Amino acid sequence: MAGQTLAEKILSLRLGRTVEAGDLVVVPVDLVLAHEGTAPLAVERFRALGKREPSVPVLLFFDHAAPAPRRELADVQRALRAFAARYRVHLHEVGTGICHQVMAERWAAPGQVIVGADSHTCTAGALGAFAIGMGSTDVAVTMALGENWFRVPETIRIDIRGGGKDSDGLPPGVTPKDVVMRLIGLLGDDGATYKALEFGGPAVEAMDMDGRMTLCNMAVEAGAKTGLCASDGMTWSFLTEMGREAVFFPLAPDSDAEYERRLEVDVSDLPPQVAFPPSVDRIRSVEEAEGIRVDQVLIGTCTNGRLFDLRLAARILAGRKVHPGVRLLVAPASREVYLRAAREGLLEIFVRAGGAVLPPGCGPCVGVHLGVLGEGERCLSTQNRNFPGRMGNPEAEIYLASPATAAASAVTGEITDPREFLRGKGEGCEE
Amino acid sequence: MRGVIRGRAWRFGDGITTDHIIPGRYYHLRDDIRALARHAMEDADPDFARSARPGDLIVAGKNFGQGSSREYAPLVLLERGIGAVVAESFARIFFRNAINVGLPLVICDTEGIEAGDELEIDLEWGKARNLTRGFERDFNPLPPWLRAVLGEGGVVPYILKHGGLGFVRPTRGHEKGG
Ligand code: SF4
Repeated sequence: MAGQTLAEKILSLRLGRTVEAGDLVVVPVDLVLAHEGTAPLAVERFRALGKREPSVPVLLFFDHAAPAPRRELADVQRALRAFAARYRVHLHEVGTGICHQVMAERWAAPGQVIVGADSHTCTAGALGAFAIGMGSTDVAVTMALGENWFRVPETIRIDIRGGGKDSDGLPPGVTPKDVVMRLIGLLGDDGATYKALEFGGPAVEAMDMDGRMTLCNMAVEAGAKTGLCASDGMTWSFLTEMGREAVFFPLAPDSDAEYERRLEVDVSDLPPQVAFPPSVDRIRSVEEAEGIRVDQVLIGTCTNGRLFDLRLAARILAGRKVHPGVRLLVAPASREVYLRAAREGLLEIFVRAGGAVLPPGCGPCVGVHLGVLGEGERCLSTQNRNFPGRMGNPEAEIYLASPATAAASAVTGEITDPREFLRGKGEGCEE
Repeated sequence: MRGVIRGRAWRFGDGITTDHIIPGRYYHLRDDIRALARHAMEDADPDFARSARPGDLIVAGKNFGQGSSREYAPLVLLERGIGAVVAESFARIFFRNAINVGLPLVICDTEGIEAGDELEIDLEWGKARNLTRGFERDFNPLPPWLRAVLGEGGVVPYILKHGGLGFVRPTRGHEKGG
């Protein structure tokens, strides 16, 4: 019998019998997630299913449009608060942070099956959970039945190698975001549809949880069902830091696992990457983007709003000023990240540089508030999507890049290679 | 789900995202599906938002429905009375959402189908006829178990009627093919 991929292993563990890619299974679910954008419909459907109490822990987040920017949304939140109070739903109030970040910090654990009414639920795959984005109805069904159906996905194994002989890390100024954008460029925006992406290799082993979450977060941008990383020492460190070491257990794919395909990527010479509008797979190297003027820079989101990202941006922005033609917005991904960034003095660096620090949450990513773009404007963002209209205006353009590239570009007012800025300080970026 | 549907094609290309289907800036209208549906496909073809009629069909290229998991995407199309979405491929979450809410999907080669063409589609036997241009195409119909969900009008009515996820007949381990 062939060995198992991470996806097969988790689903087999959860079911207590061996499953393999292609099988249809009905699996008990450990956690469900919804936010104020997807929960109202999920609650409506849940009620239509005639159930009273959810059969599985429900995590509800106010992060997409929080605090409420208009009365309709305030009323939606009011109704959800009432539902949460009645049914022992775990409500995460305004200011707690982005659902995927808080999921990783407080809830997700290796080996779990997680269903979320948000496409980036796959972020929790960084901890070795099988975490799947679905729609509101699927979340309602899971709330009602405590289980849902899945097709066990085929897996594309991605081995990432970087650095020289002594180091398995990434070159200075090159981040997990650049790596995953490069991968999406290789796979195409539908290149992994229905598949799981399993990330491994020396560069991933050396990567902390912040970086792994960036990889898994963008798996869906190649159409994947989820992204996964093994649960190892890094996972243990992260869980320990969050006071949750009790939920840790090691989880790795078998060495003879059957993959649909393997992709080896050497990133030792990878330049910083930029995604051009209007789609995530229009990936170019930063050299090809240099000189493009930007009006707004966003550092944050479930892709790049973590401590690693903010530290990196702060290293570039420390003692510098944001270009007068640019608005710099920084949105820490969670309250935890916000507090740590404050303690380390990072927020002060952003504010002194002339940036605006937003409350923990999605910020302007989904185009509802806190930085909607004007006609013909251009934004460089660390988020994961650059579709037309994504930031609230179809007549605006969104470029995607790493927090290093974003910070450097905020200083110069145009898309800029961050390596010069980091080299000046004589150190790499993987701290 | 009716076996054969007929309607006029609206033509779209590859990579239509859920942001095209229903832009995030109408977030505040999510509580009012009729108001929301007036903006359906607005960023891909403003004409559609103005003048799509019940029974019309959406015809597109690859990866229809990529991006956000918003279920309002298939819902606004249903609300506008769209008979089916015919595309070369669908993004995974959109696919599941559409079946869940009872919007028929057809995975079919769409080359040569132009805006305004009259199509007749046999969802069960996998035949798409272009009545305007006089050609016919075979496609793989959705598997019977997913058609069973569509037949009940979505997964919620299915569960209410059958008491659970009976449409999924789990394959057991390696004993496949049964
Ligand atoms: S930060 Fe952006 S991509 Fe992430 S959950 Fe929020 S809206 Fe979605």
